Amino acid sequence: MRGKINRISITSIVFHLVLSIFSLFCIIPIIYIVSISLTDENSLSLYGYKLVPKLVSTYAYQFVFASPKQVLTSYGVTILVTAIGSILSLLVTSMLAYTMSRRDFKLSKLISFVVFFTMIFNTGLVPWYILIVRYYHINNTLLCLILPYVIVPWNVFLMKGFLADIPLALVESAKIDGSSELNTFFKIIIPISKPALATVGLFCAFMYWNDWWLGMLFIEKQSLTPLQLMLYSIMNNITYLSSSLQSGNISIDVSKMPNETARMAMCVLAAGPMLFVFPFFQKFFIRGLTVGAVKG
Amino acid sequence: MFKKNELIKDTIKNKGLLLLAIPGLLFLLAFNYLPMVGIIIPFKSIDFAKGIIRSDWVGFNNFKFLFSSGDIIRATTNTIISNLLFIIATLIISMAFAIMLFDMSRKAVKVYQTALFVPYFLSWVVISYIVYIFLNPDMGILNQFLKAFGSEAINWYSEPKHWRFILVIASLWKNAGYYTILYYTALMGIDSSYFEASDIDGATKFQQIKSISIPLLAPLIMLLVLLQIGRIFFSDFGLFYFIPKDSGALYPVTDVIDTFVFRSLKNNPDLGMTAAAGLYQTAVGFILVIVVNKITKKLNPDLAMF
Repeated sequence: MRGKINRISITSIVFHLVLSIFSLFCIIPIIYIVSISLTDENSLSLYGYKLVPKLVSTYAYQFVFASPKQVLTSYGVTILVTAIGSILSLLVTSMLAYTMSRRDFKLSKLISFVVFFTMIFNTGLVPWYILIVRYYHINNTLLCLILPYVIVPWNVFLMKGFLADIPLALVESAKIDGSSELNTFFKIIIPISKPALATVGLFCAFMYWNDWWLGMLFIEKQSLTPLQLMLYSIMNNITYLSSSLQSGNISIDVSKMPNETARMAMCVLAAGPMLFVFPFFQKFFIRGLTVGAVKG
Repeated sequence: MFKKNELIKDTIKNKGLLLLAIPGLLFLLAFNYLPMVGIIIPFKSIDFAKGIIRSDWVGFNNFKFLFSSGDIIRATTNTIISNLLFIIATLIISMAFAIMLFDMSRKAVKVYQTALFVPYFLSWVVISYIVYIFLNPDMGILNQFLKAFGSEAINWYSEPKHWRFILVIASLWKNAGYYTILYYTALMGIDSSYFEASDIDGATKFQQIKSISIPLLAPLIMLLVLLQIGRIFFSDFGLFYFIPKDSGALYPVTDVIDTFVFRSLKNNPDLGMTAAAGLYQTAVGFILVIVVNKITKKLNPDLAMF
């Protein structure tokens, strides 16, 4: 008996050790980004990236904030796209999912198949790209950052999974009281489905906020560049960093530009706030992921 | 005929429901179904002056041209190898983590879960900054280590041989938390009386893992692996594009079908060839999904997608 207890405590120590190491491995790189952004540029080229800065400096942030136009523009674009996109997507998705969830409606099976089929078959990037650029002409507008993601089949099925739990009796009794389908949906179904709406809405917001794909394909104007695309462009070529910082009316001595630290400072400014927001919604997230994986 | 009438009658009776579905269906039409007309693009020599429909047919020329260069073969190989490595690595690591978490108190689980889940919230663009901190040839952490131990610094972004491993690590870093939580949730769903009974019988932890946890998780493991195999022709574009910083020297191991198609679309005026690559990917992918689903249906009908 004694031997067993010892053995168990040793395994659990090993378990804690392994998970702690991996947890640190998940967190420390993020701390690195923050501390590099707060390091003096010269000490960086002397000593390399350090977890604790050899010489602390806020110069990179002063530099970025001296002409914050690009950062602010990109924040504006991303916030606008995320807000409009999430609301529109949530509304259209839940309406479609509700119809699909109504087993008493004979057409709902066909509609579900129409949605499902797009998950397993598409004709690739080129036809889709040509249609959007050559026929809809929405490239280089805010629309191209919003419309293609309004219906995501996976989200539709997630929503359907939630809505299918609503008892049909509720709908029938509303019908007897003379409520139309639209009225039932907006006045009864929506109010009782708030947790489901929160979960799916979170997925929509997350998707719009973190998206670089649509921007990379369709946006060439700096004034419409969303955050993630801005970050990519800064990483990809350093002249983009100077051009995005020079767009203010203050002229910048490029030779004095703190390349490495300013880059990391931009990364902190662009990615930081979300890192504090999303963990608060972790509970919804996990529920959505587990429900989605089982039902979807 | 009678059935058709009934369907129409039912639809008219429930026109409110159809009305609710219409906006969503219109979006699907605009962004998913109309592009399917483009299935003819790879078989044409596209001339926008004439329009797509009236452009000349060229048969399979675009496909011949596509396969005449080795690039698409290389991209296909890379896609499959990387995906297989991801599937195996994720399965082993996430299962192990889930089993470890299962052994812990709720409080400890919460702490680890939060930490493991943090990378999942980051986009590949942000993760490319993190990888850069490790791999930057001048200031990067890895080269600092190598120099400290007297080794030569490595020019990471131009040496392909380490990249299969780097990509697996990056993929694990972002996704292990997600899969761990899926497996952990499934473990929590196992009837606790199994574990209690085996405790009474004096089973060790490892016997319990081997004889209870893993067999009862087998359906979920199979489902997730089959889903991943069904998508083995597709890859996580951001991982393969941003993490290697689209470095040409690394293409021998990092170029996958998705990045190949994207690059051709951006740099190559020959849309026919690019469209051929895209259709090749989705057609093979589609067949794979059908086959995988057939196999699933035979093994365990409950898990089949359709």
